[in-house]
Amino acid sequence: MITIRRKKGLILAHSTDDASVTRRDFIYVASGTMAALGAAAAVWPLIDQMNPSADTLALKEIEVDLASIVPGQQITVEWRKKPVFIRRRTPDEIKQAEETPLDELKDPQADSARVQKPEWLIVVAICTHLGCIPSKDMKGEYGGWLCPCHGSQYDTSGRIRKGPAPNNLAVPAYKFLSDTKVQIG
Amino acid sequence: MHGEYRYEPKNGFMKWLDSRLPIMRLLDESVLQFPTPKNLNYWFTFGGILTFMLAVQIVTGIVLAMHYVPQETMAFDSVEHIMRDVNYGWLLRYAHSNGASMFFVAVYVHIFRGLYYGSYKAPREVLWILGVIIYLLMMATGFLGYTLPWGQMSFWGATVITNFFSAIPVVGDAVTQWLWGSFAVDNSTLQRFFSLHYLLPFVIAGVVVLHIWALHVPGNNNPLGIDVKGPQDTVPFHPYYTVKDGFALAVFVLFFAALVFFAPNLLGNPDNFVPANRLVTPMHIVPEWYYLPFYAILRSVPSKLLGVILLFGGILVWAFLPWLDTSYVRSARFRPIFRQLFWVFGVVCIGLGWCGAQTPDHVIVDLGPNMTAINAAVDHATKAGKTPEEIAAVQKSAEASERVTFAVVDLSRILTIAYFAFFFPGLFLLGWVETPLPLPESISKAVLGTRGGAASGGRPLEQRG
Amino acid sequence: MRRISLAAVGLLLGITVAFADGQKEPEPQTWSWNGVFGHFDPVQLQRGYQVYKEVCSACHSMRLMAFRNLGDPGGPGFSEAQVKALAATVQVADLDDKGEPTTRPGIAADRFPSPFPNEKAARAANGGALPPDLTVITEAREGGADYVHALLLGYSDPPADMKGKMMPGMNYNPYFLNGQIAMPAPLSTDGQVTYAEGQPAATKAQMAKDVVAFLSWAAEPKMQERKTMGIKVIAFLFVLSLLLYAAYKQLWRDVDH
Repeated sequence: MITIRRKKGLILAHSTDDASVTRRDFIYVASGTMAALGAAAAVWPLIDQMNPSADTLALKEIEVDLASIVPGQQITVEWRKKPVFIRRRTPDEIKQAEETPLDELKDPQADSARVQKPEWLIVVAICTHLGCIPSKDMKGEYGGWLCPCHGSQYDTSGRIRKGPAPNNLAVPAYKFLSDTKVQIG
Repeated sequence: MHGEYRYEPKNGFMKWLDSRLPIMRLLDESVLQFPTPKNLNYWFTFGGILTFMLAVQIVTGIVLAMHYVPQETMAFDSVEHIMRDVNYGWLLRYAHSNGASMFFVAVYVHIFRGLYYGSYKAPREVLWILGVIIYLLMMATGFLGYTLPWGQMSFWGATVITNFFSAIPVVGDAVTQWLWGSFAVDNSTLQRFFSLHYLLPFVIAGVVVLHIWALHVPGNNNPLGIDVKGPQDTVPFHPYYTVKDGFALAVFVLFFAALVFFAPNLLGNPDNFVPANRLVTPMHIVPEWYYLPFYAILRSVPSKLLGVILLFGGILVWAFLPWLDTSYVRSARFRPIFRQLFWVFGVVCIGLGWCGAQTPDHVIVDLGPNMTAINAAVDHATKAGKTPEEIAAVQKSAEASERVTFAVVDLSRILTIAYFAFFFPGLFLLGWVETPLPLPESISKAVLGTRGGAASGGRPLEQRG
Repeated sequence: MRRISLAAVGLLLGITVAFADGQKEPEPQTWSWNGVFGHFDPVQLQRGYQVYKEVCSACHSMRLMAFRNLGDPGGPGFSEAQVKALAATVQVADLDDKGEPTTRPGIAADRFPSPFPNEKAARAANGGALPPDLTVITEAREGGADYVHALLLGYSDPPADMKGKMMPGMNYNPYFLNGQIAMPAPLSTDGQVTYAEGQPAATKAQMAKDVVAFLSWAAEPKMQERKTMGIKVIAFLFVLSLLLYAAYKQLWRDVDH
């Protein structure tokens, strides 16, 4: 015979035996949990596939030859699809960067913490405001860079001095392989 | 027959929502509480499995499209890029390609279940026709998708299938060029096929909604093929069938996973790992397994136009099934002759599938020398006044080449005739000839009858009207 | 039951027998990566790479393989430093600062260099025949690894009935279609490649096995990941099915059906 009762719109298979109720609930909860876990695990590949693929990640390091850069000159190289400024600073620029008092800075950081060799400044050329590329042709009031989008100004150490950007230009991980060769990344 | 159940909003917000968008009412009344015959067996779980597979194909397809490049010089490499470099790309791609096969496995079970239990008969004709439309759309989608990896089979499969349209009298060539967007299958073809391959699954999803709507008007058929008489014959869909379908789905996915993880290229073709080359056709062209029976029908006909017509006829004939079958009894359980014909038909379809995978001139049975032809050759040589040595040579070469054989193409012809004969005149006449077994009075009576061990004593019921 | 038999039928139909008349069927080999628990042997893959590099790569490209793949998990297992060193042994075309074509030592991200700049050059250098790309060769041939293995070792003098039929410049190999192949026997002598110390002797049979292992891995570098995950997924689904079956039986216990 059919023992189904309707209760507030829910229909329950009816049983009065306490032990069987416990076993029944355990099976329902266990199978429901397993199914939910399986579904959650299946979602991960769908999400992770949007992360950078192996061939993209493989290009994480670049080597740059510095031999042809003269003092005062700057080059832009591409690293991880982003531009990186490499500037060979003049003694004046180094002096200016080193002598700036930290309390004048929005994002206080000594120049020595931003360069490995004072002559070479290497920064990611992405304005920390909203991702535009600061212009090297418009040096701004501080001798560094001026961002054309919203007027942020950076000094000769790539530190933010004026405008809406919150942070200094980021310094990528890099190491000098020789006097004229640097590896970024 | 929907029962007296009515959705009642439980709180103020639900009442507010219900009077504006009764979506919870729709869900509750037509899914959760939907009265479903309580005697459905596992063959009836494939509707749910198919819905799941459609979702799998759409979801994996959308993410694959994030990496795939529909361009002739990059398509093949982009698929390999997915297989090698994209995170879990191999899994997504194998799931999608084998998912298509599993989708077709499920749809064939679903179709043959409908055939066995007479699910196409009144009042479910529209439901059935919508199903045939979904199947046609699936075939089109599968074909378009198979083109995308741009391997040799992709390219030549696309060439052969699009050439079907060149069989159309007068405008055939113009239509084919229009399909290609070029003088042959080309980059333009690949790009439009990708676009359509992305579109069609959503069309399928739309027709599936209509299919389910059409199901919910008369309700489910069932293994007895008799109408539901009242609430004692049904249970609510949830939880009874959600759990049963869930179990069947888990087992189905087990097979799916076995294919994806341990034999992902079993159903593929090595030639599709060779990039498309428009100057060389592979030695042995075969379509994906799910098209093989129709491919065999196509090749069994020596006329191009007639072959194409029969191929499409072989699919479209299913749409006319509700009217070709004249019996008023739905379920094969009560149709002794139909039940046997059903299995014969199943063997015919599998036989056609086997034929489709072979080369047409593959000899199945060699019946010995063709004496008529050999004698004719000898007579001809004799009349031409050849020397006895020359005549002996002619006879020898004729004996070697003139054989009576039974080849794949011969078997295909017999099976093609059997395939169509099943529908007409087979089913058409059978309804008049066959004496059905007595039908049980109701589903619940039949259930109790089996339990009590008594043979069902019901009298035949008029199914229609 | 019918679901199983239908799937089985599907499998049967899907497998096409493409070994035509006049082509010998390759003998099945025992490979370390066969079966559910099978996996590649990294040391064998390293030897195989050596054979590919010193023998096959003279004519055959592997244009979808990158040096970084040689350090991927489930592969030959070269260390990062070894990968860098291997990459640096090749010269890769590049442009210098003045835009002039130049070459530089390869880096890990570079693809394997191709021996010929394009198909026409490849054909011209090989008597009109195109040496196929080997990236997915074991997937792209009926018989897979067994076929490539059989082909590599299958060279012999043409039998009597083939003697007059050999086309100029062709070599007899019964495993190739029609028995005539443009490629001369690539593994011609034992010791053709010098394996590192402690490795098996570089006999023709050993080199063939090793290079086929390497090519099989290259065709499907994610095989290890696939099988490892597959075992877990199957086990999970098995338990889930049992639980759902128990839930189903429990739920329907009180319903006559």
